[in-house]
Amino acid sequence: MAGPVLNKKKGARALNPPPRKKQKAVFAVQKEVEKEELLSDSDVTDEPEKLEESDEEEQGMDSESEMSSDADDPFANDILQGSDDEDDEEESSEGSDGDSDSDESDIEKRAKAIDDEKAREEEDAEAELQLNIKEEADEFRLPTPEMFPVVELMELIEAFEKPRPICLRTNTLKTRRRDLAGVLLNRGVNLDPLSKWSKLQSASSFLPVMALAPQEKERIVDMAAAPGGKTTYVAALMKNTGIIYANEMKESRLKSLTANLHRMGVTNTIVSNYDGRELPKVLGNNSVDRVLLDAPCSGTGVISKDESVKTSKNALDIQNCAHLQKQLILAAIDSVDANSKSGGYIVYSTCSIMVAENEAVIDYALKKRDVKLVPCGLDFGRPGFTRFRGQNFHPSLDKTRRFYPHVHNMDGFFVAKLKKMSNLKQTPQQQSETLGEVDEAPGLVESDEQNNVEGDGEKAAASGNEKRVKRKRPSREEIAKTREEKRLALREAKRKAKTESKAASK
Amino acid sequence: MRPLDENETTLVFNKLHKFVGNNLKNIVLESQSHEGPDANPGRYCFRLQKNRVYYVSESLIKRATNVKREKLVSLGTQIGKFTKAGKFHLTIQSLNLLAANAKHKVWLKPTSEMSFLYGNSVLKGGVGRITENIQVNDGVVVFSMSDVPLGFGDAAKSTVDCRKMDPNGIVVHRHADIGEYLRMEDDL
Repeated sequence: MAGPVLNKKKGARALNPPPRKKQKAVFAVQKEVEKEELLSDSDVTDEPEKLEESDEEEQGMDSESEMSSDADDPFANDILQGSDDEDDEEESSEGSDGDSDSDESDIEKRAKAIDDEKAREEEDAEAELQLNIKEEADEFRLPTPEMFPVVELMELIEAFEKPRPICLRTNTLKTRRRDLAGVLLNRGVNLDPLSKWSKLQSASSFLPVMALAPQEKERIVDMAAAPGGKTTYVAALMKNTGIIYANEMKESRLKSLTANLHRMGVTNTIVSNYDGRELPKVLGNNSVDRVLLDAPCSGTGVISKDESVKTSKNALDIQNCAHLQKQLILAAIDSVDANSKSGGYIVYSTCSIMVAENEAVIDYALKKRDVKLVPCGLDFGRPGFTRFRGQNFHPSLDKTRRFYPHVHNMDGFFVAKLKKMSNLKQTPQQQSETLGEVDEAPGLVESDEQNNVEGDGEKAAASGNEKRVKRKRPSREEIAKTREEKRLALREAKRKAKTESKAASK
Repeated sequence: MRPLDENETTLVFNKLHKFVGNNLKNIVLESQSHEGPDANPGRYCFRLQKNRVYYVSESLIKRATNVKREKLVSLGTQIGKFTKAGKFHLTIQSLNLLAANAKHKVWLKPTSEMSFLYGNSVLKGGVGRITENIQVNDGVVVFSMSDVPLGFGDAAKSTVDCRKMDPNGIVVHRHADIGEYLRMEDDL
């Protein structure tokens, strides 16, 4: 349905550049922030509607029936009137580099236009929702209204366009910062030796290591170590004492990891090529002092380095990433010895700004294991979200830290530090509260039906709980509920079919 | 991962001896390691994994036994590789170890540092200082004037001959240099 409309609009684009640009800017922004999408040319047809509102209840990741990856434009459909906007959106997404255009318009005018749009949008959204309940595509929600005020969003997007300053870290195992600075200046490198944090320049990838604060003679695991920037930093902080297990799953990246380790003169490291989830088995449960998990993610925070992230990630990728991250963090927690004298810490970090990969994963870990969040030791950076789009997280999540390019002048990043309280595997509290755990990942639904029995039970509880979650509009509640019920019914049916077929085959 | 057998150990020690001479005992026997989380550091040992020889402290070795053979990629410092023909070559990762114990050294002038790092041999004109008593085919470690180790190689001429040479003669055949980390990352 959006298809034909779109095409038409494309033609009609020629109208007023200025106002449209503003809208375009807004939506572009939103779109870009989504990042999973690929509005390349648009098959915007999938977007049913403004799942925006309805999605407050469920995490945008919940779709099982339609993981429509093209799902990007939540707003594309939202804006019925703004057929223009759709086009604009497309345009802007295609020419994501053209963001600089939006700079031209006045912020005030823009803001006003945005407000108008929003009002219209919301009305339309309501209408759309009623009509399109069938389609269950859950687009990945734009963080817009909840994460940032719109103007800030603009800054964020623009910040993504520009490269972040390159930071250097001196390898303290081999030289001193002063010497290095001297040599580089001689070579003509423009160097600003700015030092805010303990005499080292730091870029976002060093923050997790600073949060980890490894001590000498500890046992540390770095679960996703390639290409080795963080691992070498850990070794430098530990002055080559203790032992580091550097693990990297992808063989192709192992070479660069070992080369970097040797080049930097790191001698206390064992490099292995396991899948991070197997590490507790290999190293033994409860055997190390600290774990650094820089989880593989969608890379939405480092767009300035890799523009392809804007167009190549979609909702499905994010969900898969989130699922993997949850498993990895559990493995990380299991490896740590809660009774270690000097440690018992896990640092989880991603280079992404998506809540699904950050706060949601930490929340999951808090529920599944006996750990608690502790302050990271980084006094700048914004605290993480404790609530987002209707999902409520554990209140201690404000001890996590988020970094943004437009605010901190470094890549988008998220850091959380957990302390393992005991070596038990069950958390004391069950999830009966509003900490609705929404999904065990779509992957589970598709591949792991058996394991889903438990997941479903949780889901049922969760969906019931979801009713208590704050909502903006009651009508959407109903709609969401209906969808949930439908989904559950589908799952039940699937499960039943499976068990039946099993019984039949026996 | 396994310890080296007799032949292999002989080969490795011979090669090392070329570069460090009597300091070999520092490396092998009297080494004090500071790695490992144990209170008392053990010594360093050599281990072989996939034809590569590693110089590792004992406590690391104990802990690395958990890792399966296929999955273990590296431990401690790599010092060299065995070729298919059974010969042993020192690789650039051993530079730190060699530099600390080197008997014969050559210091390069700043102008010729870059040339060496690109893989060229050391010419007489680029030599700043050279230790005495270098014989032909001795192992030599190459430093920059600021005592940063750059690589190592074989002496093509003895110190005495070196003084008489013309400026374009080769003094040191280059075996390995730190530029390899960039040029040949994949081969390391």
